[in-house]
Amino acid sequence: MTETKTPQGGFVARDRDWHPAPFHPPYKTSVKRSPQAALLSFPTSASEITGPTFGHGVLGPHDADLIHNFTGESAIGPRIVVYGRVQDEFGRGVGGALVEVWQANAGGRYRHKKEGYVAALDANFGGCGRVITDAEGNYEFRTIMPGPYPWPNGMNDWRPAHIHFSVFGHGFAQRLITQMYFEGDPLIPLCPIIGTIQNPDAVKSLIAPMDMQRTVPMDARAYKFDITLRGRRQTAFETRPEGL
Amino acid sequence: MVQSLNELKESPSQTAGPYVHIGCTPNFCGIGGVYPEDLGARMKTGAVQGEEIVITGAVHDGMGMALKDALVEIWQADAAGKFPGHDADADANFSGFGRSPGDMETGRFRFDTVKPGRVRWPDGRWQAPHISVWIVARGINVGLQTRIYFSDEAEANAEDPILARLEHQMRVPTLMAQKQDDGTYLFDVHIQGPDETVFFDI
Repeated sequence: MTETKTPQGGFVARDRDWHPAPFHPPYKTSVKRSPQAALLSFPTSASEITGPTFGHGVLGPHDADLIHNFTGESAIGPRIVVYGRVQDEFGRGVGGALVEVWQANAGGRYRHKKEGYVAALDANFGGCGRVITDAEGNYEFRTIMPGPYPWPNGMNDWRPAHIHFSVFGHGFAQRLITQMYFEGDPLIPLCPIIGTIQNPDAVKSLIAPMDMQRTVPMDARAYKFDITLRGRRQTAFETRPEGL
Repeated sequence: MVQSLNELKESPSQTAGPYVHIGCTPNFCGIGGVYPEDLGARMKTGAVQGEEIVITGAVHDGMGMALKDALVEIWQADAAGKFPGHDADADANFSGFGRSPGDMETGRFRFDTVKPGRVRWPDGRWQAPHISVWIVARGINVGLQTRIYFSDEAEANAEDPILARLEHQMRVPTLMAQKQDDGTYLFDVHIQGPDETVFFDI
């Protein structure tokens, strides 16, 4: 951990109106999986400001290459590079952040025993990968474009193409799971899971634009997905137990 | 008009979905060979200081049914109240971080860990021994934050600033891991309903 310029204050409060509503009946599973009592708020203590640290030692050489990391052979589907920056709410890059991703294959099928979609498995696609951000917070991985798929919710609900992201910042209170969507997908405004987010600007912040400048010619298109984690207050005037 | 604050908004959360285990515990769900082992599967990497404990439990929905697709993560201090990776004198054989997918048939999670030492509250008071918990699953749109305290730490619990802050004191037991006859601790989570666990906004 590089602590020299780390802010010493607690984390900025989560904006619960920006996040999805926990109880959102159009997403049926949320009805009985959402708390009803008010959340208990309190200032972040050491238990939330700290969090697990993962060195690059946990990574294997192919962890960030979902096209090849399952069998070594190439997975089927449109090849893409996904890159971006993990930053905090004050724009500071979050270095050393572990980013885990998982997704369906190009046909919209997950490699999971509870998965029932008729689309075929790809023998060379596992569907998981991970990467650790560099000192400035940048990350990059390579994969295939996931397919959209139907799911049992309403009678005819489809998930837009998406990649799941799990992100660790420097503090356990920053822990975040979210999903990245793709620019131009017509299923985005129809999706009951995206519909849990009330603010249209918040939805936009999860849609990755295609980036021709980062596209690898004759190989892979590129999509940019920046991720913002909660920030810590930065002030010389934080009240401390030792006084002053 | 005034100056812009130039602050960003946190990326909005989305549900972990039914296949969170593909990304977070692939070996558990049959995707072998990509990672040598699942992250957070072992909290102890050698002989550890302090009391070694086992915590089990399940996460229940508002109908009282155990979730079989949840992912539970914990983060805690070592037996001396030091945080691994943050405090230089923390136990080098203890990671402080655990991740459990829960049993596929019963939803039961399990952590083999150590009883955490006490850590100070920002104003200098001592908190009771506790473990931070984060729960995600299909249908949970924002990860749920809570804490595990210990039923056999009555004296420390009575001094804890968070437990004292709860308006509905009858809900304090929802945060208590209960010592069982076999020596393990039981911590059941109820997302909704009369036994709803106290969840935090921190």
